[in-house]
Amino acid sequence: MRDTYLERFPDPWKEFERMSRLLSRIASNSGKEFPPVNVWVNGDNAVVTTEIPGVDRDKIDISVSGNTVTLRGSRPASDIKEGESCHRHELRHGNFSKTIELPFNIDANQVHAVYKKGVLYISLPRVESDKPKKIEIKSE
Amino acid sequence: MTDKRELQKREAELEKGVERTRETRVYAPAVDIIEKNNDIVILADMPGVDENSVDITLEKDLLTIYGKVEPEIPENHRLVVSEYEIGDYQRTFTLSDEIDREHIRATVKDGVLKLVLPKAERAKTKKIPVTGNA
Repeated sequence: MRDTYLERFPDPWKEFERMSRLLSRIASNSGKEFPPVNVWVNGDNAVVTTEIPGVDRDKIDISVSGNTVTLRGSRPASDIKEGESCHRHELRHGNFSKTIELPFNIDANQVHAVYKKGVLYISLPRVESDKPKKIEIKSE
Repeated sequence: MTDKRELQKREAELEKGVERTRETRVYAPAVDIIEKNNDIVILADMPGVDENSVDITLEKDLLTIYGKVEPEIPENHRLVVSEYEIGDYQRTFTLSDEIDREHIRATVKDGVLKLVLPKAERAKTKKIPVTGNA
């Protein structure tokens, strides 16, 4: 006879709570750094999105290590020559670097990133060896 | 980026008595305005906008830019960390008579709108030669 309780293991609600706790801690740390990010999760995949308009695609650097992903980039200041003047200067220029911690280890070989219309989308799957495993209990 | 500038987008102001018809937030894009010898250049950060989703209207002295953003939400994913919000962009500028309104050019690249407002012929900086003898 199959045990329905064991089939539900690992408890998805506990897993959800664990992720929420981790993510809320992450959010409180990173919220003050540029660029602001949104993080989307679906089971074993996370998507990080961020708005970094005006950055050359070749100047965006994404590196993954364990459960963290680091974004680096730079945006040159508006070109102002001698004799020209800047009436408004609100755009954000210069270098940025931000590290985002995920609730699981990332499979660096499967990371996909797309930069379009000034928005960066990074898809970060969980590494296979890090996924929770269901242990089969055999009867003798 | 060492400056402590506000990370959040600023909501666009609405004129009194005017209401929006689209159920979305509208932000005032950050801009750089640079005066060159022959043009005035406006650069506006509008991430999520491309050349097909920006409207530029000129009515009397008012130049309005409106960028419509269709949010791209990862399918079947749940938002767990939200540090920024997505919405449209709108900002209005007053133009002086010194702009050649017929030749305003606009381009969008990597979410940045670039408006080039050529100065009317008479407004261009003229170098007045100074001669030695009166």
